[in-house]
Amino acid sequence: MAKRESTFVNMVTALFLVTLIASASLGFVHELTRISIETTMEEAKMEAIKMVLPEYDEITGECKIAPPQGGDSLEFYPAFKNGKWVGTAIKTYTNNGFGGTISIMAGIDANGNFSGYEVLDHEETPGLGSKMDTWFKDPEKPNQQIIGKNPGSTNFTVSKDGGDIDAITASTITSRAFLDALRRAWDAFKEAQTEAEKTAQADLK
Amino acid sequence: MNQWKNFSKGFIKENPVFILLLGMCPTLGVTTSAINGLGMGLATTFVLVMSNLVVSLIKNLIPDKVRIPSFIVIIATFVTIVQMVMQAYVPALYKSLGLFIPLIVVNCIVLGRAEAFASKNTTGSSMIDGLGMGLGFSFALTLLGSVREILGSGKIFNIPIYPEDYVTLLFVLPPGAFIVLGYLIYIINKVKKA
Repeated sequence: MAKRESTFVNMVTALFLVTLIASASLGFVHELTRISIETTMEEAKMEAIKMVLPEYDEITGECKIAPPQGGDSLEFYPAFKNGKWVGTAIKTYTNNGFGGTISIMAGIDANGNFSGYEVLDHEETPGLGSKMDTWFKDPEKPNQQIIGKNPGSTNFTVSKDGGDIDAITASTITSRAFLDALRRAWDAFKEAQTEAEKTAQADLK
Repeated sequence: MNQWKNFSKGFIKENPVFILLLGMCPTLGVTTSAINGLGMGLATTFVLVMSNLVVSLIKNLIPDKVRIPSFIVIIATFVTIVQMVMQAYVPALYKSLGLFIPLIVVNCIVLGRAEAFASKNTTGSSMIDGLGMGLGFSFALTLLGSVREILGSGKIFNIPIYPEDYVTLLFVLPPGAFIVLGYLIYIINKVKKA
């Protein structure tokens, strides 16, 4: 078959057909993978909640609470065991990462300490900032560990800024951002707690 | 043309990374570990084979003056398909490569093969060419990733081989990519001449 001439009509038809077929097939694949992508994301979230909290049997009363610093709301997932509150998982974030936004699921136990965290989404440098997914929960390195601590009792900044937490080697920016995200979760948590106590007292009166 | 030659030229003789020096952005960007290199290589291979197939099928229907935009649209379509499929079925790999997947669109190897080979050859040869080039690219990225991972994190494919206290962090940083790539190019060129 001879090559088509580059006339105006031929060019327009060719481009139109190529883009039409391309968008149709993309739409088709999108429909095909949409459910799967959503379930994987939902599963990853539930998995993360399980990882960061002490043992629980149900999650009820999910809600969104705005952090006191302002900005987007955080998602709260309060967990209960035998009807008793054991902790809350909070989906928090920071925009100060080396590669932009970092999204973290943080767990706060009944004593108000961090019980765990899972990094959900980030664009930090692989091999450097990306180490944060294990760095801050290494039980053998108490100075870089944040589990069992909280910003109320610990100076929650990296040691370079005079704080108590050792930053990831060669990734101070990521470390600062990480702690910023956790502080945001804790502040929102504290505020929600004070609010709840106030309401409870008002009810008593 | 001899099909075996067509296939094998991508490994050493016309290796896209070591000899042609094409697609440097993903090469330097993702090869912080062997598994990242391999994942990126295989994703690119898929795009290369599919775009070569489609381009060689429709080469006579596309007028010359609009061939580049048409090729780019075709390539972008396959890249987006790879991205969606990865996100749905291998979320872990998608998490570590996510940022670089869309960049396959502008990887000069893919457009280069479409323009230089698939638009002039039969469908069969084009697919074999795409497969050979893609695997050559994967081979180069995995090699580069392995060396950087061994020197920079003391691991290979995430299996620790020596304590992390002795690693040279520089090798997982951007300068490490250039240094390792330079030495690998030197070695491959020596091998090729011998």
